[in-house]
Amino acid sequence: MASGEVLLDINQLALRVGERWLCCAFSQQLRAGEVLVLLGPNGAGKTTLLRTLAGLAPPAAGTLSIAGRSVEDWPPRELARLRGYLPQQQPDLFPSSVLETVMVGRHPHLGRWGWEGEQDVAVAEAALSETGMLDFAARDVLTLSGGERQRVAIAALLAQAPRLMLLDEPTNHLDLHHQISTLELLRARAEAGCAVVTVLHDINLAARLADHVVLFDGRGRVLAGARDEVLRADVLEQAFSQTMDCIEHAGRRIFVPR
Amino acid sequence: MSGRVRLLFIVAALALSGVGAVLWALTAGEFAVSPLGAMAALFGSGTGIESDVVRHLRLPRAIAVFACGGLLALAGALMQVLLRNPLADPYILGISGGAAVGALFAMMIGLAPWMVDGAAFAGALAAMLLVFGLAHGDGSWTQTRLLLTGVVVAAGCGALVSLMLSLATDTRVYSMLFWLMGDASGATQPWPALVVLGVALIVLAPFARDLNVLSRGEDGARALGVDVRMLRYLLYALASLLTAVSVTLIGSVGFVGLIVPHLVRLIIGNDQRVLLPAAALAGGTLLTFADTAARTVLAPIQLPVGVLTALIGVPLFLFLLSRRMR
Repeated sequence: MASGEVLLDINQLALRVGERWLCCAFSQQLRAGEVLVLLGPNGAGKTTLLRTLAGLAPPAAGTLSIAGRSVEDWPPRELARLRGYLPQQQPDLFPSSVLETVMVGRHPHLGRWGWEGEQDVAVAEAALSETGMLDFAARDVLTLSGGERQRVAIAALLAQAPRLMLLDEPTNHLDLHHQISTLELLRARAEAGCAVVTVLHDINLAARLADHVVLFDGRGRVLAGARDEVLRADVLEQAFSQTMDCIEHAGRRIFVPR
Repeated sequence: MSGRVRLLFIVAALALSGVGAVLWALTAGEFAVSPLGAMAALFGSGTGIESDVVRHLRLPRAIAVFACGGLLALAGALMQVLLRNPLADPYILGISGGAAVGALFAMMIGLAPWMVDGAAFAGALAAMLLVFGLAHGDGSWTQTRLLLTGVVVAAGCGALVSLMLSLATDTRVYSMLFWLMGDASGATQPWPALVVLGVALIVLAPFARDLNVLSRGEDGARALGVDVRMLRYLLYALASLLTAVSVTLIGSVGFVGLIVPHLVRLIIGNDQRVLLPAAALAGGTLLTFADTAARTVLAPIQLPVGVLTALIGVPLFLFLLSRRMR
């Protein structure tokens, strides 16, 4: 697994909001085929880190490169064909069909004067069927439930077909079955040669999906490393200010709040 | 049907209805002219009073209202994307307020009509720069900040307008009120507005898909490679300029800029590549119909065109809205 191309190289990165340091300098590499999960309490800086990794916000210190090239050196449109970003919220204001909404992911693949062709429709429909939303293609997004809307947003990211996928709480609003199928979908994409970075809230989902974990403790420290080094009861207790038990079951660690 | 064919079809259909509206504007009125007579007057072979009425009275006015309807509808559609707010209209950021302050001040001190136009345009530009300067002051330039700044500047302009109305002499108050309600009878130089409308549509065409992406959220748009900062400057400058041109020509006619984009969106969807040209043509058509009706239904009384746009637009809009709900 460690043989894939390095798609994301975080080097001594630090983040600050106003006067508050969200995280001290840390480094982490992510190769094609690997999944990195960002974990931590509310307001610790997971979204800020994800936006920074996507190149949407500058880091306070350190460097960041995507596919071997510093993130600020990428032309925005080329970068958009390589890395995709799923925001936490999907703020729809105007009516639009599900298919149109997913087709927005094709934007960076089309020229200035280009219109979506049959091939783009095929890509969008394939993405919709991957998230189980193909039957909804003609529906107005404003009429969808929260979970359905989230699956449409994930389909839009799949239609963008980036090699580096950054997702902010993709399991938001999803029922248990769709949470698991979304994780499986992300794992399948990684196995197909993508690298995935995702914010998750559920420690056990994180344990199920992650190769690497970046754990925020909410007080400016982060711990980055391989999954089993970071996901330990004592470390998690400190980060989440919650006592916790760790149970081994079927070869997996399961964390239960005490 | 592929996207481009659909665009051509919709634009052609709306352009035809626009031509129909202008033709009606040329023929209707106390001095009735047949459509053939109007054509003859336009293309040079007509003579006499009929030709004069069509070419020097009705044509400038019809072109002015068509262009302004298009400008307002386009500006409204752009403002709705820029502010990511379905309730945004062209006047929301105080452009018309600034123009009104300029125009009414010029009227109050008794300047010539062309100077009133100049003062209105200067007032609109001043309001545009003021709002931009204040909202952009610390570089944050968020939708909420822009919206609040614009609304406050508009409120300030409203207070100045009320002040001038209460200070003005009776004879001038009447023309001031008519200016405020929107009046196309004084529009003698309409062609620049039409050119501005055409240029704006051409400038926007290569950015229309970017607008589709931007209307779905700023972070998402940036992640898809859209230069959001540049695009928002372009939107602000264009929407403000279009509004300023329209307000200068025919005063602040309400309603068109808010309702027409929604009306068109309800029928053809929110793809800006189709929506922007369609809204411009539909706005022009609607305002031309409304203005012709305003000067003919109760002739010789001339109604403010804004009253007619509301009377036509409100039921039409409610009908479409209820049809969509079902």
